[in-house]
Amino acid sequence: MQQSPENASAPAQTNGPEKEREAIIRVRDLEVGFGTKTIMKGLDLDIYRGEILGFVGGSGTGKSVLTRTILGLIRKRAGTIEVFGNDLDKISEAQHRLLERRWGVLFQHGALFSALTVKQNVQMPMREYLNMSDRLLDEAAMMKIEMAGLNPDAADKLPSDLSGGMIKRAALARALALDPEIVFLDEPTSGLDPIGAAEFDDLIATLQKTLGLTVFMVTHDMDSLYSVCDRIAALGEGRILAEGPIQTMLASDHPWIRAYFHGKRSRAAAGEAVRSGQDD
Amino acid sequence: MTTDTTAASPAVTFEDTQAGRVAVLTGDWVSTRAPDIEKQAAALGNESGSYVAIDLSRIGRLDTVGAWVLDRVRQESGQAQELPFENARDDHRLLLDKVSYRDIEEPAKARTSQIVDFLASVGEGVVDFGREMARGTSFLGEVVAGLARLVIRPWRFRIHAFVNQLEQIAFRSVPIITLISFLVGCIVAQQGIFQMQRFGAALFVVDLTGILVLRELGVLLSAIMIAGRSGSAFTAEIGSMKMREEIDALRVMGLDPVEVLIVPRVLALLIGLPMLTFLASMAALLGGGLVAWIYGGITPDIFMARLKAAIDFSTFMVGLVKAPFMALVIGVIASREGMAVGGSAESLGKQVTSSVVKAIFMVIVMDGMFAVFFAAINF
Repeated sequence: MQQSPENASAPAQTNGPEKEREAIIRVRDLEVGFGTKTIMKGLDLDIYRGEILGFVGGSGTGKSVLTRTILGLIRKRAGTIEVFGNDLDKISEAQHRLLERRWGVLFQHGALFSALTVKQNVQMPMREYLNMSDRLLDEAAMMKIEMAGLNPDAADKLPSDLSGGMIKRAALARALALDPEIVFLDEPTSGLDPIGAAEFDDLIATLQKTLGLTVFMVTHDMDSLYSVCDRIAALGEGRILAEGPIQTMLASDHPWIRAYFHGKRSRAAAGEAVRSGQDD
Repeated sequence: MTTDTTAASPAVTFEDTQAGRVAVLTGDWVSTRAPDIEKQAAALGNESGSYVAIDLSRIGRLDTVGAWVLDRVRQESGQAQELPFENARDDHRLLLDKVSYRDIEEPAKARTSQIVDFLASVGEGVVDFGREMARGTSFLGEVVAGLARLVIRPWRFRIHAFVNQLEQIAFRSVPIITLISFLVGCIVAQQGIFQMQRFGAALFVVDLTGILVLRELGVLLSAIMIAGRSGSAFTAEIGSMKMREEIDALRVMGLDPVEVLIVPRVLALLIGLPMLTFLASMAALLGGGLVAWIYGGITPDIFMARLKAAIDFSTFMVGLVKAPFMALVIGVIASREGMAVGGSAESLGKQVTSSVVKAIFMVIVMDGMFAVFFAAINF
């Protein structure tokens, strides 16, 4: 939530024409591979400010690889990645550090520091980057923990004492610690029960509205795709097969996308979405 | 800690309007400006009661921390109901609603006196020590039972795991163990020659080196090296399997982790350590002989003849007999510490350290007990 006045209303425009929106992340002609194997080639992707982008793809197509490449954890072979308008190859180490403070990451398995309590985990980036009084540090960490939907008494627990759902929430609280502009979520609802997953979806939608977050979400959860994602991008064959709102996906005639969005599980989620729409 | 230079410094001014005195906020109220926003908020708090509203129309950026501090000032003024935020932009309004300040209650810490704390920690230490002894003994029992089951059902022996472990434990530590034993043999012989030359008894360096190396040094050096090298590896391997629930996965498949993981390792140690002890002794004797030749002028023929007279088969066996016992102690301590790893990376490090320290300590204690025992039976 570090918005300047000129883009303050961006979240409300998520359905506007794409050209007018500001792309926070712009990936062009990306090529990534390991050894002799090429995972993706000629991949283009834009992530616009204030949107929730759902990212789908079959297992092993490189969803996590793409996320990790954008985050700078994997080296790319070719192509450019621009984040907040800066080409990652052309900026200095110091600028890169500044950039990293503007994004938050929720790893698939939480990646909480196992020796620290939940609160210390959340405070870790704050201590590192912000000059806060102890009182404010405590209060801000508790605020993030509650914002992520955790009980305050979970704050002093160690990650090994938490359930899977609590770990995801604690990791989200840590990802939000520095008020990032964009959060990367790697399968945030995997391993959660449907009620917990729905709550998590709501949480992400609320945070997006209140904090003006941009969300990049790798997910296989059909309900998430239908209920919270503004736009969906499908990865396959080393490139983006299709992108757009759920209607575009449903209309696509690519065989994999058809199979994905017209499968039995998908139809059930779609039916649910339509029914709940009628209830409103 | 870096200060965000792009953020304008937050400030508070007071303006009189028709409705009364209004606090007008300007600048960016964001977490990168945390010291400033806390200072400004304190100023705002000091003036509380003198203004009727907080005006947000001219505020730049606002984030969760800024919103929290603002709401804290408002709540702490004690008149939150009558003190509205005015002219806030929609997104700021949403944010202020989401981040409404509430008291973060610190869990009350139980008050204790230092004496009670000290006594409690001593008591805990004693109880832990007792428990650890009991657990260690029962674990030793489990491992021995596992080995015994192998005798009854030899077809369940995991030959691949055993051979692999034997390679890791014995074969791969051959270079380092022969090297350090060789060097220690050299050092012992050199010091022996220097000291005994004063009595004109330089030839006795062969007795000294031969007996010391065969009875004590060969087995001690190998056992300490293996405790450091393979003991730490066992603990880390078993510990990380425990952390990732792989041990539980084995259990629910009806497999006994002791049989699958620990028996092959302990057995490989039992076979490997005597072999390494033998190698270490030979390397140390070689080193001793070389130094005796160079410094003492004792030629290899004299060395060999003197060595034959000085030692007999029992000297050789004293060293070798101790090796399997030390192997068992190292294996049991390392596996037991591995099984005691909890959920965190920190506990893995702690258990590996304690595994190596305990194993080396126990190796030396056992060596002492063996020395007493062999002296008593004149072996």
